[in-house]
Amino acid sequence: MAWVGFVTIAALAVASALGLVLKRNAIHGALFLVVNLGAVAALYLTLGAEFLAAVQVIVYAGAIMVLFVFAIMVLIPGKEETGLDPRRGWRLVAPPVGALLALQLLLVVRAGLAPAAPAAAVPGGVEPIARLLFTRYLFPFELTSVLLLAAMVGVLLLARRRS
Amino acid sequence: MVSESWYVALSAVLFTIGVVGVVVRRNPLVMFMSIELMLNAANLAFVAFGHRAGSADGQVVVLFVMAVAAAEVAVGLAIIVTVFRVRRRLSVDDLSLMRW
Repeated sequence: MAWVGFVTIAALAVASALGLVLKRNAIHGALFLVVNLGAVAALYLTLGAEFLAAVQVIVYAGAIMVLFVFAIMVLIPGKEETGLDPRRGWRLVAPPVGALLALQLLLVVRAGLAPAAPAAAVPGGVEPIARLLFTRYLFPFELTSVLLLAAMVGVLLLARRRS
Repeated sequence: MVSESWYVALSAVLFTIGVVGVVVRRNPLVMFMSIELMLNAANLAFVAFGHRAGSADGQVVVLFVMAVAAAEVAVGLAIIVTVFRVRRRLSVDDLSLMRW
C-alpha cells in the first residue's frame, strides 16, 4: 500500500518537473512547479516530517511561487524563446549529458545505501525541530535572520526607481 | 515502508531534470524555477537521510535551505526585473555582463 502511494506521488513529481522544463510558456512552468512542490510535500508527509510539509506548502508553494507568478506577470514573457536559438547545438548536448548525470547519481545511490536497518521513528512534529534549532543550530539560525535582512535591503535597493 | 534509497533515487532524478532545465532554457525565470527544483530535490534527500538516521537534523537543514531559497529568489527576481527594465529583453544569451 505504501508502495502504491510512493510510486503515484513520485510519478507526479517527475512528470511535473518534466513539464516545467519542456513547456515553453513560463506561467505553465510555474503551475507545474507548484504541482511538483505539492508532491514533494506529500513525500515529506510519508517520511513523517509533518512540520516540513506544512512549511513547504506555506513558504514554497505559497510565498515563493506568488513571487514567481508576480515576476512573470510583470515581465510578460512568452516571446523571448521564439527566435532562432544561437546556441542550439550546445543545448542539444544537454539531454544526453543530463541522462549520464542521472545514471551516475543513481549508481551512487544504489552503491551507497543498503536496503536494511529500520531506524528509530523520527518525531516529525515541531518540538524536536525547535529543540535542535535553538540549541545546536542556534548560530546558523541567527545568521539566517541576517541573511534575510540583507536580502530585503538588497531587493529594496534594486527595485527603487533611478531618477 | 518504502526504503529511503527510493526517495534519494527520486531526488537524484528531480535534480537532474533541474540541471537540464537550467542548461536548456533561455528564459531566466524558467532557469530560476529549475534551480528551485534542484533545491527541492536536495531537500528531499536531506529529509530521507534524516529519516534513515533517526534524527531531526535533516529537517532543520531543510528549514535553513528554505530560508536561503526565499532570500535567493527575492534577490534574483529583483535583478531580473531590473535588467528587463534597462534592456527590454528577457533572454540570458543577451546578458553576458552584470553591468549596464
